[in-house]
Amino acid sequence: MNGLYVVFKKELRDHFTSYRFVILFALIAMVSFITSYMVAIDLRENLEELATVKFPFLMLFSATGTLFSTVQFVAFFGPLIGLVLGFDAINRERSHRTLIKLVAQPIYRDAVVNAKFLAGVATITIMLASIILVIAGFGLAILGVVPGAEDILRLIVFFFISVCYLSFWLGLAILFSLLFRNIATSALASVAVWIFLSFFVGLAAEAVAEAAFPVDSRKDTGMETIIKNIQLKRALTLCSPMALYDEATSAMINPMSRSKKLFMSGPLEQILSSRFQNPLSVGQSLLVVFPYVTILIGMTLVCFAVSYVVFLVQEIRV
Amino acid sequence: MTRNSIIETKDLTKRYGRNTVVKPLTFSVEESEIFGFLGPNGAGKTTTLLMLLGLTSPSGGTARVGGLDPLRDSLQVKQLVGYLPENVGFYGDLTAHESLSFMSELNAIPENDSRRRISKILDEVGLVEIESKKVSEFSRGMKQRLGIAEVLIKEPRILFLDEPTLGLDPDGARRLIDLVRNLNRDRGMTVLISSHNLGHVQQIADSVGIMMGGEMVARGTMQELAGDIDGAGGKQYPLEEIYMKYFREV
Repeated sequence: MNGLYVVFKKELRDHFTSYRFVILFALIAMVSFITSYMVAIDLRENLEELATVKFPFLMLFSATGTLFSTVQFVAFFGPLIGLVLGFDAINRERSHRTLIKLVAQPIYRDAVVNAKFLAGVATITIMLASIILVIAGFGLAILGVVPGAEDILRLIVFFFISVCYLSFWLGLAILFSLLFRNIATSALASVAVWIFLSFFVGLAAEAVAEAAFPVDSRKDTGMETIIKNIQLKRALTLCSPMALYDEATSAMINPMSRSKKLFMSGPLEQILSSRFQNPLSVGQSLLVVFPYVTILIGMTLVCFAVSYVVFLVQEIRV
Repeated sequence: MTRNSIIETKDLTKRYGRNTVVKPLTFSVEESEIFGFLGPNGAGKTTTLLMLLGLTSPSGGTARVGGLDPLRDSLQVKQLVGYLPENVGFYGDLTAHESLSFMSELNAIPENDSRRRISKILDEVGLVEIESKKVSEFSRGMKQRLGIAEVLIKEPRILFLDEPTLGLDPDGARRLIDLVRNLNRDRGMTVLISSHNLGHVQQIADSVGIMMGGEMVARGTMQELAGDIDGAGGKQYPLEEIYMKYFREV
């Protein structure tokens, strides 16, 4: 345990003193300021019109101002934080020839990789917490809306899901830092996988679904085919952590949204449901997001477990 | 005269695929001796050291370091052995003092004990004046001495030095050799020193082992090996001649 703690402490120190971290943090803080400011101004002007609005405080995070919402921002660029914190975790030590020195000390070998992962998670946690708190404080000052207990509870769950999401990318980056000896290669590989999983999978899912169950608007396609098409598309999309994160956070941060499970409704029903919909309780929202959060945590653990095993069997000579 | 063997191997072997890097190797090192580990690049010296440390698992055979199995009791063995790898690397943004205290934390040395040891060791390796300078500004000789200091912080019984004089200027190399000699004399430390520089090994080694192509082709004290050359012994041969004799044979 001593080894884990000592390496963890050093890694955390390295993270917080590196320029990389400072630049990244400044960038993210800046963007969150801008988004939350936009949203807050927007909300303040329109709040009176939205007489039936529930949870105005959470709208600080979920409403898309002029550009994008905070939630969308974390979904899009959060992965970069994870990747930047992990892509050179092990191979930097290799190229500086310090890894062999580390494992020649009386510590368990897994302490090194565990400590690096935990230090990354701790950094992510601190980063996200400060951003969320800053936005919340900002919103309070501008909007003058006091959050209720439920808002705070939802925000905490959102925070937890976000930490899991970013940790997945951290785990992936650490895995690449083990597999590739070259730092530039592992950085490139991480970014490639990020783009693939975040942006390409959605497109590919649509293409595959179209090929398997073609839906033609000019011809009369059977209802069954349409349903199968949509189901397949959704199933494939869930391979993307970003889609999972979207699903998981949407119900948490926006109580009005329900599961995106397939159901058909005519225009009249849609108007009705948007008019007379009541927000879900926290418990119900949790039920909706639970499967997605589970998959997300599962993916993170698999990533880390693979890194763990690879590190333990890999030979360390330098 | 039977002294305790502190390192013993029996048929220690390492294969990578079909390539046998260390052929069944059986040798021992006595306590408190300086053992020179010689041989050309790729002869299997570093691999042998790594197997003795438990950092690489052998393909066959056994090793005992201080009576312990390096694979099973790897933590105790690493407590016993200080290993200075070839071309050791450092965290450039730490100072010499910080590097040493990081190492002592990894070795779970208590705080006040650690402070005493660090100042003593800094003095011993002659880095006191630059203890708060960042390692990235160090010269090669200074780095190598810091490397030794990092190894000594755990007060090991055995030292593994892999090419410690590589790339040092003559003065730096001499200081390092003197340091090793003092450690051996004053603290009775067992030292395994691998080197290409035969002159340096000859200066301090009590006995040497010559590795060629994964095999230990010769093992003995300087006198014994010199005797092998002309069959009579007694005459002092420089190590270089002994080495070249085996080199030509293989």
